[in-house]
Amino acid sequence: MNPTDHAGLDTARVQRDFPILSRTVNGKRLVYLDSASSSQKPQSVLDAMDEQYRTYYANIHRGVYTIAEESTAAYEHARAKVARFLGAAAANEVVFTKNITEAINLFAHSWGRTNLREGDAIVVTEMEHHANIVPWHMLCAELGTELRWIPIDHEFRLDLSELDRLLDGAKLFAFTAVSNVLGTVNDVRFLADAAHAAGATVLVDAAQAAPHGSVDVQAWDADVVGFTGHKMLGPSGIGGLWARPELLEAMPPFLGGGEMILDVRKDGFVPNEVPWKFEAGTMPIAEATGLAAAIDYLEILGTEAMLEHERRLTAYALDSLHDRFGDRIHVHGPAGTQMRGGIVSFGFDHIHAHDIAQVLDEEAVCVRASHHCAKPLMRVLGVPANTRASFYVYNDEADVDTLVEALERAEKFFAV
Amino acid sequence: MPGLEDLYREIILDHYRAPRNRGELAVPPAHKVEGFNPLCGDEVVLYLEVDGDTVTDLKIAGQGCSISQASTSMMSGAVKGLRVAEVRRLIRAFKALMSIHESKLEGDADGDDIRTELEGVRLGDLEALQGVVKFPVRIKCATLAWNTLQQGLDEIESGDAAT
Repeated sequence: MNPTDHAGLDTARVQRDFPILSRTVNGKRLVYLDSASSSQKPQSVLDAMDEQYRTYYANIHRGVYTIAEESTAAYEHARAKVARFLGAAAANEVVFTKNITEAINLFAHSWGRTNLREGDAIVVTEMEHHANIVPWHMLCAELGTELRWIPIDHEFRLDLSELDRLLDGAKLFAFTAVSNVLGTVNDVRFLADAAHAAGATVLVDAAQAAPHGSVDVQAWDADVVGFTGHKMLGPSGIGGLWARPELLEAMPPFLGGGEMILDVRKDGFVPNEVPWKFEAGTMPIAEATGLAAAIDYLEILGTEAMLEHERRLTAYALDSLHDRFGDRIHVHGPAGTQMRGGIVSFGFDHIHAHDIAQVLDEEAVCVRASHHCAKPLMRVLGVPANTRASFYVYNDEADVDTLVEALERAEKFFAV
Repeated sequence: MPGLEDLYREIILDHYRAPRNRGELAVPPAHKVEGFNPLCGDEVVLYLEVDGDTVTDLKIAGQGCSISQASTSMMSGAVKGLRVAEVRRLIRAFKALMSIHESKLEGDADGDDIRTELEGVRLGDLEALQGVVKFPVRIKCATLAWNTLQQGLDEIESGDAAT
């Protein structure tokens, strides 16, 4: 794909690569607008996992036989591919986990309990997912650390007017690169610089940034970055943590068991080297292979083309919703497409998100209706839940049109 | 495949648009009880006035989807004026109505118990909510008010409701 191709992706061709998109629900074409929750998978990912199971599946780092070596090679090849995709300097800076929730919990448990003590401060933002809130709540309850919150402003962006004061004395700044509710894209480098100036370590939640390949851990100057495979065309059950090598070296193991050790005696154990010391037990093996295939697919499409495609669809969706519903719809997110991803959350005054999603399901339109695992943010927005449509590489203008028509039906159905 | 009209019967939409018994009662003598559905953020608030063995008055508040709010409204009309024992019977019958589908799917032996619970109980308009069982995710929406009511009656009986 030519990154300068302003026509963007060949969506029709992309759609043909995703078997699930050819099915119907209620006799209607499936319109999948919930990729921010979990993306669909292309044939190449299914094939890669299938091929491993059929021809060279075995546990990794254990057997000396041929297929065990092939399986191990595929797993470590996947690690190298992820490292390159994230802009990391070396493969062993990437630790595989089951998802980003486990990645952040690993870091909180291992680094947090080693480096934080009572009275220390952790800074988060109001637009965080529960995965980047609850581990810190747990740590605060255990250690007596303080959790500070960067608020959002009326344009649904971070209000940085008190940034320096909030970062003063903080040991960790943990924030998302892209909000999973608002679609807001944060200036990661700016925030990382501010945190470093205050002496804080920087953790970035890249769950919604990795799907477009727009993660560059070195350009971001981050210290720790978490991601999850199932939102970026890969299978569920695999994600990971990238961290600076000196952090990983100094961190104690998280889970204990097989694979993460060099030696075990009756009186103790010697942990394995980084990154394997954090990978206890049998890991998601075919899932790593699937993730590598997903990255291959994303790299063929190209980051610039994906971002441009998403901007175009988001602009079309924002315009269509505004044209059709005017003041009756409230979009919870930035007005334009500048520094904004393909996530559009909205609400109607007198229709609950669940009811909207139910009517949309009748039209085979899949959206998320909930608090999106971001309850502190929903409280700031003043709503218990909203409806979220999220766009990815296989969505097109026809999907937006179907969404808008289905919303019209919902509005008529629940008219007071 | 069940359609929207199975779920959103006209009487449900009517209760959703114009909920009955909405408001508050002075606490005390009334007892206030709140119920939440953590999955969707739905909230039901009940003000219960029990005089002797009778639910003499009931007001409802809260926010949520059409199913949870309609179920709350219909419940308020159904239990007002009933004796507490009758209310408890109605709660059991309604919850049985909501579990018929699942037990049938699983060939659950409790199916007989469910039929026993429903026997002789007049559900009236509440039967309109039966369509909800075809949409398993929404069952919790329909039962929220009833679980909250049960909690309120338990609190009153155990004396927690000193207020």
